[in-house]
Amino acid sequence: MNTSQTDTFNNASFKMPSGGTVIEINNLKKSFGEQEVLKNISLKLFNGENLVVLGKSGTGKSVLIKCIVCLLNSDGGKINVFEKNVTELNRKELGELRQKVGFLFQSGALYDSMTVKQNLEFPLQRIKKNLTKKEIEDKINEVLENVGLADALNKMPSQLSGGMRKRISLARTIVVDPMIMLYDEPTTGLDPVTSDEISSLIIDVQKKYKTSSIIITHDIKCALKTANRIIMLNEGEVYKEGKVEDFKNSTDPLIKSFFK
Amino acid sequence: MKKFTPVKIVIPKLRNATEQSLKKLSEKTIAKTVSANNFLTDISDVLLFIIRIIKETFSRNFEFKEFLHQCFKIGYKSLPLISITGTIMGLVLTIQSRPVLVNFGAVTMLPGMVAISLIREMGPVITALICAGKIGSGMGAELGSMKVTEQIEAMEVSSTNPMRFLVVTRVLAATLMIPLLILYADALGIFGSWAGANIKGDLNFVLFFSQAFSHVKFIDFLPAVIKSFFFGAVIGLVGCYKGYNAGRGTESVGVAANSAVVLASLLVIIVDLIAVQITDMLIL
Repeated sequence: MNTSQTDTFNNASFKMPSGGTVIEINNLKKSFGEQEVLKNISLKLFNGENLVVLGKSGTGKSVLIKCIVCLLNSDGGKINVFEKNVTELNRKELGELRQKVGFLFQSGALYDSMTVKQNLEFPLQRIKKNLTKKEIEDKINEVLENVGLADALNKMPSQLSGGMRKRISLARTIVVDPMIMLYDEPTTGLDPVTSDEISSLIIDVQKKYKTSSIIITHDIKCALKTANRIIMLNEGEVYKEGKVEDFKNSTDPLIKSFFK
Repeated sequence: MKKFTPVKIVIPKLRNATEQSLKKLSEKTIAKTVSANNFLTDISDVLLFIIRIIKETFSRNFEFKEFLHQCFKIGYKSLPLISITGTIMGLVLTIQSRPVLVNFGAVTMLPGMVAISLIREMGPVITALICAGKIGSGMGAELGSMKVTEQIEAMEVSSTNPMRFLVVTRVLAATLMIPLLILYADALGIFGSWAGANIKGDLNFVLFFSQAFSHVKFIDFLPAVIKSFFFGAVIGLVGCYKGYNAGRGTESVGVAANSAVVLASLLVIIVDLIAVQITDMLIL
């Protein structure tokens, strides 16, 4: 954990758990009307690891991580983040939690009406209120250099390519030093070269910012490159959980269809 | 035996017909119940939306910078459109009514008549309808596209209350700026009327204005200004509600913008009707 992270974290009501489990989900259920998307999901994210959640489209992968930050309310089960049940948090506590959890959206979700600089300033000014103008500028330049787009400062999102938008979106997420990163299909819609670059960036972020991450994907190359552990979802339930090698060597037809 | 044969055929037919008509009736009843239920749900959603806006308006962390930005967007950026329509409004009203007033020998009443009709009715309603088209649809489309591209969710995970940042600022800016735009349109309308009066006549600028305002009383301004605030609030509310509650696909952005204009325009007319009735009862 870097120094700035330690300071902010110790001041907050969310404490790093002693056991090293940063997220623990038990029997999570979520339905949309008649459709049961998540049936009985249980998983753990350990400190410092990259957990890849694999699965076909519509198996509830994105719903799972949206439930973690309460963008969607779960119908049942328990979601503990830093040993606090997120479903029981009040608005203030939820705000504090969201400062610790970065979320990279599938579409990038950059604010169209703002420049890249304003996009990065937006969360910084709201989450790290005590920073001076100079510190904000330094922080923005630092993260832009980290994602390899230092010259995009004054561009509008419409002037950026798909890969650049993903990088800027990643920069906007890491600019507030989150401790947990949730990636929602980070390589979807990108060419293989850019996908590989984004996968490398995910590893760089893990190393540099000491983050623990859940990566939602169905891109096997990305999964193999970034994962420390993999969980496969099927029909709203955990189908298999294990190390990368367990999945590679599996004879299960569904798993083989992903890894062939 | 043969005589009874048709009776045997008719009974099942009747039974079938009755069953079918009952089935149709129940289907219609279900459909109407569902649509009534949806309507009531919509109404409760709108009420909850308004309550949330009021609550967030009086919260401590008011987004003042964004509010000023929205005032600039709604007010300043609408000036060219309102200038043109306001001027034309006065010009057309004068050109149309002048021949009639000449026939009655009441052409000297022209400035007063135009000023009163512009200030009391035409200025507020026509400007509000134009604002419903420009501002209401803009809000619906902007918030709708933000919803579709997950920007509102991104705001939420950045510890920013999107309701406070996006909705409250827009509704308040519209409530404040639209009355100002209406007063501006009234002023330009009277100026356009002077220009219209000079097409076929020769009327001094100062004389025209002194004649116009000699007929206008404070009581003509007050109800118009009060209802203008309601027009602004309605346009802001509808635009934001439709955009904020847009569906998931790109098609829903168009639907949000379109329905924002239609509903805002309709509500402007309804609010005007109510305002006129209240004014009529209380003042005149």
